[in-house]
Parts: sequence; C-alpha cells; structure tokens
Amino acid sequence: MSTSVSTPEVSPAGAPADAAAPRKARKGPGRARVWATRAPLLPALIFLIAVTQLPFVATVVISFFDWNSLSPDSRSFNAFANYGEVFSDPSLRDSVFTTVWLTAGVVIVSVVLGLLLALLLDRAFIGRGFVRTLLITPFLLVPVSAALMWKHLLYNPEYGLLNGGWAWFTGLFGVDTPAQPDWISDMPLAAVAAALIWQWTPFMMLILLAGLQSRSAEQMEAARLDGANAWQMFCYLTLPHLRRYLELGVLLGSIYIVQNFDAVFTITAGGLGTANLPYTIYQTFYQAHEYGLASAAGVVVVIGTIVVATFALRVVSSLFSEEANRA
Amino acid sequence: MLHLQQRRSRLSVRLGTGAALTALLAGCSGAGGGSASGDKDSINVLMVNNPQMVQLQKLTAANFTKETGIEVHFTVLPENDVRDKITQDFSNQAGQYDVATISNFEVPFYAKNGWLHPLDEYTAKDKAFDQKDILKPLQESLTAQDGKLYAEPFYGESSFLMYRKDVFAEKNLKMPAKPTWQQVADLAAKADGAKSGMKGICLRGLPGWGEVIAPLTTVVNTMGGTWFDKDWNARLDSPEFKKAVQFYVDLVKKHGEAGAPQSGYAECLNNMTQGKTAMWYDATAGAGSLEAAGSPVRGKVGYVAAPVEKTDTSGWLYTWAWGMQKASKKTDSAWKFISWASGKDYENLVGKKVGWPDVPAGKRASTYSNKDYLKDASAFASVTQQAIAGANPRDPGTQPRPTVGIQFVDIPEFTDLGTKVSQEISSAIAGRQSVSDALKASQALAEKVGKEQK
Repeated sequence: MSTSVSTPEVSPAGAPADAAAPRKARKGPGRARVWATRAPLLPALIFLIAVTQLPFVATVVISFFDWNSLSPDSRSFNAFANYGEVFSDPSLRDSVFTTVWLTAGVVIVSVVLGLLLALLLDRAFIGRGFVRTLLITPFLLVPVSAALMWKHLLYNPEYGLLNGGWAWFTGLFGVDTPAQPDWISDMPLAAVAAALIWQWTPFMMLILLAGLQSRSAEQMEAARLDGANAWQMFCYLTLPHLRRYLELGVLLGSIYIVQNFDAVFTITAGGLGTANLPYTIYQTFYQAHEYGLASAAGVVVVIGTIVVATFALRVVSSLFSEEANRA
Repeated sequence: MLHLQQRRSRLSVRLGTGAALTALLAGCSGAGGGSASGDKDSINVLMVNNPQMVQLQKLTAANFTKETGIEVHFTVLPENDVRDKITQDFSNQAGQYDVATISNFEVPFYAKNGWLHPLDEYTAKDKAFDQKDILKPLQESLTAQDGKLYAEPFYGESSFLMYRKDVFAEKNLKMPAKPTWQQVADLAAKADGAKSGMKGICLRGLPGWGEVIAPLTTVVNTMGGTWFDKDWNARLDSPEFKKAVQFYVDLVKKHGEAGAPQSGYAECLNNMTQGKTAMWYDATAGAGSLEAAGSPVRGKVGYVAAPVEKTDTSGWLYTWAWGMQKASKKTDSAWKFISWASGKDYENLVGKKVGWPDVPAGKRASTYSNKDYLKDASAFASVTQQAIAGANPRDPGTQPRPTVGIQFVDIPEFTDLGTKVSQEISSAIAGRQSVSDALKASQALAEKVGKEQK
C-alpha cells in the first residue's frame, strides 16, 4: 500500500517563530537557516519517496500496458483497457465482494469477542497476567503457520481436532458413527474467517482493554452511588467511553484484514469462492503473468482503500477533535 | 508485567526495523551469484528448490568443480518464484543465468520466444553423455516445433496407480495390471472402509493447474475428451469431457478422501502413508516417499499403470530439465555442467553417496538396467519406466491436438486458465455446484483463450 508523502509546511520544531520573522527582513540567511535545519531530514525524505512512491508510479505506468511476461514481444500501450477488464471481469468482481464480506465479518466478530474478553480481563482475579498472556498468543503467531494449523490440526476431517473432539464427546454417550463434517468444503468462507477471527480477537482485546483501564474511577463510583446497575453503567458510561477505542480497532483491523493473503492461500487456495482481492491479484500476476492487468487491479485496490480509509480516518479524527472540544 | 512487555516490544520493534533495513539493503545489492563477469570458469545456475536439486548443489563443488575447474554459483528458489525469475531473466535475455531448471511445460514457448540455446550441436559432440539413452518421450517433450532439442532432463515422472497390497489381499480384491477407470471405481467401492477410517481412493481436489487439473486431465484424455480440438475450439462442454469430470467428481465424493477440495499431492501422500486410503492415483515420484526408510507402508504398496478407458496409456509426463539461456556467453561451460548433472555418472554418485531411492531417475533407460538401483526400487522401477516410455505428449487422447502436452495444454495462458477451471471443479467436488455449471463457466473461459490462439 502506498502512503502520500507531503513536505512539512512549517519548518521543524523550534524554527517557525524565529524563521517567520526574519524572513521579511533578511531573506537570504534566514532561508539558509531554515534549510540548514531541514537538510538533515532530506536524505530520509528522498529515501522514503524512492522506496514508496517510485514503485507505485511504476505500477501505474505498467497498468496502462498490455504486458504478458511470457510474450515479451507483444508488449503494447493499451490505455484504459486493463481497467475496463478489471471492472468487467466477474472473478475480480466476486473477489471484491468476498473481500468486503471477509473483512466486515472478521472485524465485527473479533471486536465483539474482544470486548467480552476485555471486560473479563478488566476484573481482578488470580492468574490474570497468565490468562492475558495466553489470550494474546494467537496474535503473535506467524499468519501462515496459524493458517496451516487451522487447516490441518483443526479442520481436517480425518485427523483434525474438531472432528476428533466431537467423536470423543459423542462416544461418551455411546454414539458409534458421529457426524464428521468436512468443515472447509461445507463453509469455506466461514472457515477462513474463523481462523482470522482467532488471530485478530486478541488485537481488539488489547485495544479495548487499554480503553477500559483508562475509565475514570470517580465516574464509575459516582454512578454506582447514584444507584445505576451494571448494565446501565455499561451502556451509559463504558460504551461511550470506549467508542474511540472501538473505532480505532475497527479501522486498524480493516486495514490489515483487507490485505490478508495467508489464510486464503493456505486454507482453500482461493477455491470455493474464497478468493479475495490480494489473492486474485497474486494469481493474475504469478499464474497468468499478466503484469499490466495485475497492476491495474492493484491500482484500483489502492484507490478504493484510500477512499474508504479517508472516510474512516475522518470519522476517527472528528472524534479526536470532539475530545479536544470537550476538554 | 505490562511494563516489561512494553519494553520488550519496543526492543523488538527496534530489532525488527533493523532487520528489515538490513534485508532491504541486501536486496538492493541484487540476489544471485552476481552478474556474468568475464572469467571463463564460473557459471550461474538458477534452479527450483526440490530435494534432488538441493542434493546436486551439495555435490557440485567436491565433484564437478574438482574435475573441470568450473565454479557454479547457484540461486535456489521455490517453484512459483523460480518460474517468475526465469521468465524475467530469460525474457530480457539479461544473461545473468547461464543455466536454469525449466519443465517440459515451458520449453515449447520459451524456445519459440528465442530464449533458449539449442543443444543439438553439443549432444552430437559429447559421446559420453549418450543422448540415445534419454527416454524418448522426454526428449520429444523438450524438443520444440523447429525440431531442435532445447533442454536436458534432470529427472522425469509420469503418473500411476498405487494401492495397498495387504488390504486388497485381506478383502480378496484383485488389481489388474492394466486397470480401467471403471474397474478402479468398483475396487474403490469395495475397499472403502476396509480398515476403520480408510477410504477407497485418494484423488487430488485442490485448486491449481498443477494440482487437480493434472490427474483430471489424464482421465479426460482417456475418456475421449480434450480441452481444445486441433483448430483451438474449446471442447469443455463436449459429452466426453463432461463424462470424465462427472466420473472423477463422483468417485471422489463417494469413495475419496474427506476434505477433497483441499487435498493436493502432499495431502494424498499423507493419507496414503497414514493408512487413510487404499488407493492413490498420482505422480510416480510419490513411490519414492512411500518406500522411503521409516515409511509405515513401506513394502505394502503395489504399483500398476495409470487407469485407462479408450486409450492404451494415460500416464502424464513431467520433467525438470536444464535449459541454457540464449544470451549466455559461457555456453561450453554451461554444457559441461548440464552434461554432468544429467549424466549417468551423477546418478551413480548419488546412489553411492546418498542412497539409490534419492537418484534423480526417470530420464535414462540405463537407470532401469542398473542392478544397484533396481535392488532398492524394484517395487516401482519398471512400472515407472513403462509409464514414462508409454507417454505420448503429441497424441495423448483420441483426437488430434493443436499443441503438445498430456496433463496440460502447452500454451502460456494455460497456467491461468487451468487454475480458474480448477476452482470451478473444486467447487463441484465440494458439492457447491453441479458439474454442468462448473463446465459451463469453464467453457466460457477456455473459449476466450482459444480465440487468442487462432
């Protein structure tokens, strides 16, 4: 993903006040001093532009070419034909919907679960630190190994833990032939989503736990003295206070899960209608060798993400200003 | 606790950033064995990271370099990455790599694009290499339309049917030496549940042009179907094609492994090794793993030819082979390397130093008259040899074809087409759509590709 880089309007900290005044009087040396403070930052800026913006520009340029790497002689400029194909290709269209479903489902479920876990962990009990560490563990796992674990250790209909556990459980009641569902084939998208939810719930839990622990104790105490019950306190105090944290969790989670590749690649190899955008683009690039088409799809995804993220960020930043006004 | 965690995470962020920067800078300096500089006795080789190639890398310095004085700089990558890197390097004729591993899928259109150096002049001069010893179907599949040879096989494979002899004996089932698919389906029904948790047959269902499409296409061929007729008309909606796919899907659904839509070569190998399936139709390379030391089914597996219906044979053909880049300036050294790596002596070297089952086999007739090799691989050696020798990449079905290829159609577009079609088939195996619907969607995709070829 690319980020837009803008040069700072004001010169670095400490400079603005004394840089603005002398600018009228002594143009030369003042400007020189401003640049002297900026100069050390320039290499970093140039490096940043070189490694983030140039590849993106290259991608945009390539996206206007009909370029299949296996027929190098027939590379040609074809204006917006690739973009036309991106919007008319049913498999790409499906992958947009898949991405939306997957992202929305995973984010919403992990936020709800994360909230429940955070509320539990917000209470003092013996071994809380240990439990918290255990709950965070899934998030620390390498995504591809988590996906492999779900595919083989849990979902596998022959030797997976889910079916094995079920067989053991029903065996207690004397059932000889328990149902052994083929999880991934029966509900592919839900299977991929479950693996992702397992990984992302801890992330949401951490953010919300931080939010819970920053509630003001006096407010809660006052509410309790005024006779509010636990449910009322949660609805009227905790939730409004957590709104910022919930939105932050949703925003960050969405940004990461939209890009998820490992789970789809490993668990279903994009089959059974689980191919999301990153997987489809990977396929276009690596298996169809259609560099132009893959680049066009990539550019469309970047533009789409920027649009969505702008709105999302606006919501969050309006919150921050709200907070500032309230103060 | 939290404090400590924060400190630790800060440290790990720092470490991570440092590592990322290092990697970035390392990436800038270019991967691989440097550029082709002028010194005469070193070559750059780009190859796939399969076990046989990794073995070759270990043996090169002490043997090849010692004999010839030619140093070999290897770049080893996973299959997907290697194909892409080879395509990039060869299509620009950058000449960074003198030799690369390509398969019989790439040779025809790489040669057509003028990316490969023909090898006929070398094989004519190099008597010790003994080109006649190379199995004919392999040589044919590495020969381009212009009749020139463009690559030398490192190892070859076909497909055959593997079955549990002990289970069949227990159930009084007899496996014919040349079974038909109908017989296999009947046997699968009888062997299903022979032991608790054992299914009748394992067939790939995982999406991918190199996964489910390979065995499925051999079934299509032998049942009279084809992807394209000789004029590039897509024929995925023909009754023969439909019958074959319906047969394959029904067999997997009824008596195949559980979780079929996610089972590829690796998963089926696992099922066979763990005693979860009585039969397995797949690559001949699978036998090496089943008979390896420590395998629980070692010595219990029988091997017969790939099942047929309307054709005499139906086994596929695949080989990893050495191709020489056209722009290479060190063609003589490159040939010396190819001649050593694909030669008879190298097979003996691996057999003596590492073990006979690890020999890159399936490419030379002499391998199958080698007593040492046969002692360790007798269970599957002759069936493998017959499968490869019987493969006919120019005429694998019941009708003339527009291009070569048994389990694939040899055009660059097939990787994408095959993968997209495989997702439809996989979905049919999962029972999410009917075979007719899967083929209707696939036919539309294939028609588009066929039009471009006309």
